[in-house]
Parts: sequence; structure tokens; C-alpha cells
Amino acid sequence: MDWLLKWFDTLYNTFIVAERYKTIIDGLGKTIIITIGALAIGVVIGTIVAIIKVFADRNKKLKFFDMLCNLYLTVIRGTPVVVQLLISFFIIFVNAKDGTWVAVITFGINSGAYVAEVIRSGIMAIDAGQTEAGRSLGFSRVQTMWLIILPQAFKNILPAIGNEMIALLKETSVAGYVAVIELTKAGNQIKNTTYDQINPILLVAIIYLIMVVGLTKLLSIFERRLRKNER
Amino acid sequence: MSDNFLISTKELCKYYNGGTIKALDGVTASIKKGEVVVIIGPSGSGKSTYLRSLNLLELPTSGAIVFEGTDITDPKTNINLHRQKMGMVFQQFNLFPHMNVLKNLTIAPMKLLKMDKAEATEKAMALLERVGLADRSEAYPAQLSGGQKQRVAIVRALMMSPDVMLFDEPTSALDPEMVGEVLDVMKELAKEGMTMVVVTHEMGFAREVADRVIFMSDGKIVEEGSPDEIFTNPQDARTQQFLHSIL
Repeated sequence: MDWLLKWFDTLYNTFIVAERYKTIIDGLGKTIIITIGALAIGVVIGTIVAIIKVFADRNKKLKFFDMLCNLYLTVIRGTPVVVQLLISFFIIFVNAKDGTWVAVITFGINSGAYVAEVIRSGIMAIDAGQTEAGRSLGFSRVQTMWLIILPQAFKNILPAIGNEMIALLKETSVAGYVAVIELTKAGNQIKNTTYDQINPILLVAIIYLIMVVGLTKLLSIFERRLRKNER
Repeated sequence: MSDNFLISTKELCKYYNGGTIKALDGVTASIKKGEVVVIIGPSGSGKSTYLRSLNLLELPTSGAIVFEGTDITDPKTNINLHRQKMGMVFQQFNLFPHMNVLKNLTIAPMKLLKMDKAEATEKAMALLERVGLADRSEAYPAQLSGGQKQRVAIVRALMMSPDVMLFDEPTSALDPEMVGEVLDVMKELAKEGMTMVVVTHEMGFAREVADRVIFMSDGKIVEEGSPDEIFTNPQDARTQQFLHSIL
């Protein structure tokens, strides 16, 4: 039992002394803010890009916007998110006071590129008859998309969006690169000040794991509820 | 083109692959107000393409479509407004699966005609009553049988108070025992004076309800006339062959 007492002692010194656990809590808060904010931005950007690309397939007048979207997708998916963060912090938002929001925007723009393809495939999977039915009633292209196609597409791609959220949650751990003290960075800081090489990192890992497992569970409940009324 | 006609098409053509495939090859026809026109023909004859081009779900390559005095093939016309006056019923129903029956019916009049919810609901319930589905207003499309879905789809089109109803093989995707309930609704509509253009393989319906039957083949109108003329005394060899093969 000696080792257990020793471990408790280490834990006390690592997390409780000088209220260092608060660093973890603050870091967790930032991780959550960045994830949720970025996902919201990502879904908005992704939806817009997906709609433009779907419309551009049938309407040559949108060619320019289609090229713009392709440029965005190529650049974002062709560079690592860490590099994008560095560009955001040291080139674009040099004077930003709060790094968290720069991270939210950067991760949002990054996520949008991946979400766009997910949403586009969701839209393409909806039967063409749905569009025809909407248009035949007199709905415009945009109304048909908004009222009829997108609600069905979103329902189908919800699992994929959930996966994106889980990926994003873990990806935000690199925000520490640009001095945002999110969960991983917080753990790392405690490690550096206490010389405890084990417990801060393990705690961080456990917190990520709990969030991912919880999110997965939440998602499956949500999904089941969405589908129930159609059967 | 005369004003008596609700829809007229002139030299309507639809080419694919730069003209090598001619889905429609110069179709000129007119539909009078209150008339029930049934279009028959072998598969690939262009009958569905013709029907679908009447509300521009298919964009014709050339030719004109005049609906209520307006050439709707003119790119400057707002096709969305004209489509509100042309109800369409599809072979595959195409109900909106994420909405219940009532929402399926009320969404278009509420969004497009600015009808308020109470009025739209009342109208929907009255029409559902007529097709015998008042008790299914809260159901989702996946919970309905094929025949019920198609009756809902007809009501959905009627909710916009259209001037013409276009039917694209409305019974072809139905189990045989459900064909009758859909045809009955269509007969009722015809009796009330609705202008109808129907692409169908239901020759019994054509014979009983149609004012005029058009036989199409290879993207052209081969023969048209009263059901009696077409079914009992077809003139063209292709019409004779087609009717012989299906009757």
C-alpha cells in the first residue's frame, strides 16, 4: 500500500498545490470552446461551399465561385493544420489579443473544407425526384435546397459530422503550438513546473477519452431520435 | 396559337448527345381547358419527356411552350410562378420523407402562396377527406402504402390550386391492388373538370376518362384522336402494333 500513498502524494503535489488543477479546467474550457466554435463555423462554411459546388454542377454561371471553392478546398486540405495556425497567428491576426478566437476561426476554416465534402456527398445522395417534386410545386432552386434537400441530407450525414467533431476535438490539441493554453498545453505546463512526467499527461488523455466516448454515445442517441419518427 | 388552349407546344425538340438521340422530335400539340389528354406509347417514345417538358423539368432543345398565354421557354419568364399553376404527380410519388403528410401538403401553399397555417391545414384536411386519408395526416410517408402515398402526392399538387395536373405514369410503381384507388381519385378529378395530361399504361383509364388520346413513338406524335378512334380503329401501323402488343 506504500506505493498508493506515494502516488496520492504525487497527485497532491502535481494538481492541488498552487491550485494547478485550475490550469487543466481552464484548458479544458478552451478545448471545448475551440471545438464547438470551429464546428459551427465549419458547418456554415461547409454548407455554403457544398451548395455552391452542387449548383455549379448544373449552372455554368457559377463557374467563378466554383473555382474559388476548389481553391479553398485545395489549400486547406493541402496544408497541415499546424501550419495554418502558424499562418493565422503570425501573419494574418498578428495583433489579436485573445488567441482562443484565432484558433476558433482557424480550426473553423480548416474544418469547413472537410465538412463541405461530407455535406456535398449528403446532398448528392438525395434522390433527384425530391428536387423535381420541390421545383414542380414552384419552389425556387434555393428554396428546394433549403426546405427539402438539406434537412434530409443533414440527417444522413449526422454520423459523419459527429466524427468530424470528434476529430476536431482531438486536433485542437495542436493549438498549444501558438500559445493557446488548451487542455494538452495545460497538462504540459503542469508537467514542466512539477517535473511529474506521468500524471498530467495521463490525466489529459483520460479527459479526452471521456469526452470522445461521451460524444459518441450522445450522437447515437440523437441519431436514433431523429430517425424514429419516420418509421 | 389560340387563347382557348391552356398549353400549346410548338415544334418541341429535345436532343441528347448533340442531336444523335432525339427524345422529342418536333412535338406540336395543344391542350384545352378542362380537357383530359392521355399520352400512350412504347417506352422510349418520348411521352414522359414530353410531359416533363411541359413544366420545364426537362429543358427542350428548341421549340415553344405556351402556358396561359406565356411562352415559358423564354428564359426571361419566371418559371417558378408558372409551375405553381401546374401540379405534377410522379411515378415514384416523391413525397418529402422528413415531413408528415400534413406538412407535405401545407408547406408549398404556406411558403409560396402565403396561406396561413390554419387555412392551409383546413384545406389539406378537406382534400385528405376526399381521398379517404383524413386519418393519416400525422403519418410519415414511410408509414403509408404506395397507393396512399400517391393519393397524398395528388393532394399535394392540388393544394396549390393548379390549372392543370400532369401525371407521369402515376400507377406504374404501384402494386396491382392499389392501382384502382389512385385511378378513382384521378377519375373524380376529371369529372370535376380539372385539365389533366396523363402519361399512363392504364388503357382502361384512357378509354374511360380521356377526351383525347395521343399516341407517341420515337419522339413524335404518331396519331391522336378520341379514345374510340385510337383504340378501336387505329390508323397508323405503329399504333396498331403497340395496341396489339399490350391489349
